[in-house]
Amino acid sequence: MIGIFAFYLFATLTILSGILVIFARNPVHSVLWLIVAFFNAAGLMLLLGAEFIALLLVMVYVGAVAVLFLFIVMMLDIDFAKLRSGFTRNLPIGLLIALVLLAEMLIAITAANSGPLIGDQPASTAQSNLSAMGELMYTRYLVPFELSGIILLVAMIGAIVLTHRDRGDVRGQKIHHQVRRDPEEAIRMTTPESGKGVEL
Amino acid sequence: MIALVLIVAIVAALVLLGWLIPGVGEFFSTAFWGGAVQGFEAAGMQQDWAYGLGTLIHILLIALPLMLAVAMVIYTERKIWAAIALRRGPNVVGPWGLLQSFADGLKVFLKETIIPSSANKALFLIAPVITFTVALIVWAVIPFDVGVVLADINVGLLYILAASSLGVYGVIIAGWASNSKYPFFSALRAAAQMVSYEVSIGFVIMGVILWAGSMNLTAIILGQQGHVLGLLNGYGFNPLLFPMAVVFFISSMAETFRTPFDLVEAESELVAGHQTEYSSMSFALFWLGEYANVILMCALNAILFWGGFLPPVDWEPLYAIPGIFWLFLKMGIFFFMFGWVKATVPRYRYDQLMRLGWKIFLPLSLAFVALVSGWLMFTRFEGGAL
Repeated sequence: MIGIFAFYLFATLTILSGILVIFARNPVHSVLWLIVAFFNAAGLMLLLGAEFIALLLVMVYVGAVAVLFLFIVMMLDIDFAKLRSGFTRNLPIGLLIALVLLAEMLIAITAANSGPLIGDQPASTAQSNLSAMGELMYTRYLVPFELSGIILLVAMIGAIVLTHRDRGDVRGQKIHHQVRRDPEEAIRMTTPESGKGVEL
Repeated sequence: MIALVLIVAIVAALVLLGWLIPGVGEFFSTAFWGGAVQGFEAAGMQQDWAYGLGTLIHILLIALPLMLAVAMVIYTERKIWAAIALRRGPNVVGPWGLLQSFADGLKVFLKETIIPSSANKALFLIAPVITFTVALIVWAVIPFDVGVVLADINVGLLYILAASSLGVYGVIIAGWASNSKYPFFSALRAAAQMVSYEVSIGFVIMGVILWAGSMNLTAIILGQQGHVLGLLNGYGFNPLLFPMAVVFFISSMAETFRTPFDLVEAESELVAGHQTEYSSMSFALFWLGEYANVILMCALNAILFWGGFLPPVDWEPLYAIPGIFWLFLKMGIFFFMFGWVKATVPRYRYDQLMRLGWKIFLPLSLAFVALVSGWLMFTRFEGGAL
């Protein structure tokens, strides 16, 4: 009974917060509702018994990605009238994307009933889904796993290269220079005569 | 020196206590903890309800002493800072000033809650609640002894990472909802700092997970029994993991926004950071949450690297002392170190903070993940013969 209650709670909250992401007037509120949606989706994953995925969802999406979203959205200076002005013009594109997503979801739902994805042996319940996932990822799906890793690495390096620019006029702190200095070259002891300063 | 003598004396006293009253350990692990659910079931309750009510009692058994601990810990820390600064510290309210925190709490409780007129009211009030809640929920997976844990889940460490990464939302939302520029700066700093140090914490924890072969915190602690030469309990004694223990200790300070890294509330730059606009109980919730987080980080340091509820040396008589005392002793030592650092180390500049996180800790912890997994591959898995 608790399970059913929890499912409807999480499902309702996911859908509600999903709707509020779109309808919230303030972009920061949108992002916060998105976080609530992520969180409840993680709850649904937990109910499915996929605790590893659920916690990864919270850790990666809620803990890191959404923080950066929030970071950027908070600093945006948005003119709402301007933002709304292109609504009818952009509507066809939006509808097209929505249709594609809907079709994908329908395919996924129908495919889910077509049989197990992995081999024909039934999933053993004794194995924790953490070790089951690890086993699949490092044996059967080793190549896609490594490939996705390389793609992410390339994306990361690309982002760094694109945003990094060398400004010639900045004097950065060079820690190793500071650490390498020793008192002999940094300090000079003098006893200046009275009435005269120290000559540099 | 005096502290060392005191610690030795306390340990000796506990050993004696354990011998004199043989049932102490049992009391803490079973009678005090495990009895609730079975008791309700025996009283004729349905299984669901007995489980629910038993869990509720367990939650209160953790949360209420934790709140008391937060109050006492604030007092202790003020005494530590005072001793380091050659002051007396709180010594007026109650014997030796022991009730100081309660007096402060009462004062804060009786003040008026002020909500700035241009603040985003709902978010402004939710922010301290988030900080406080997140600081509490992480305790669900902390084992105080074998079996004395609220939720003994097999992804406990991941749960801790996930929950502690939520903690930053309290700061960000508070900063944004205050609609004031200093809290806002504080929110931006908190976001960047949290994300940066979470990365190195993740890699450090990876070394521990690889060695223990589990993400369950109880399994991680039990895996440390006799870890070094069959004598010392704790991954921290292992030369391959000791540097990671140090990195984790420093990162945990950054994660809780403690002093060398407390740029989020740097009073010389940002007034009081994200708490600037807060008053009364909403202000107190931030502090309660922060100190609950600090105690949690002390517990994590003790659990991941220094054997948690195991005695430091794998020597039979030491096991007579209940594990919870060992855990508290280790947490106390780490808490002292937190206070010590706060009293002596000056604040980092923001670019230095980022440099330490990204240019030093990240490569170092990444290198140690490779080292540890390589070492385990050759010793435990025979050169990785598939």
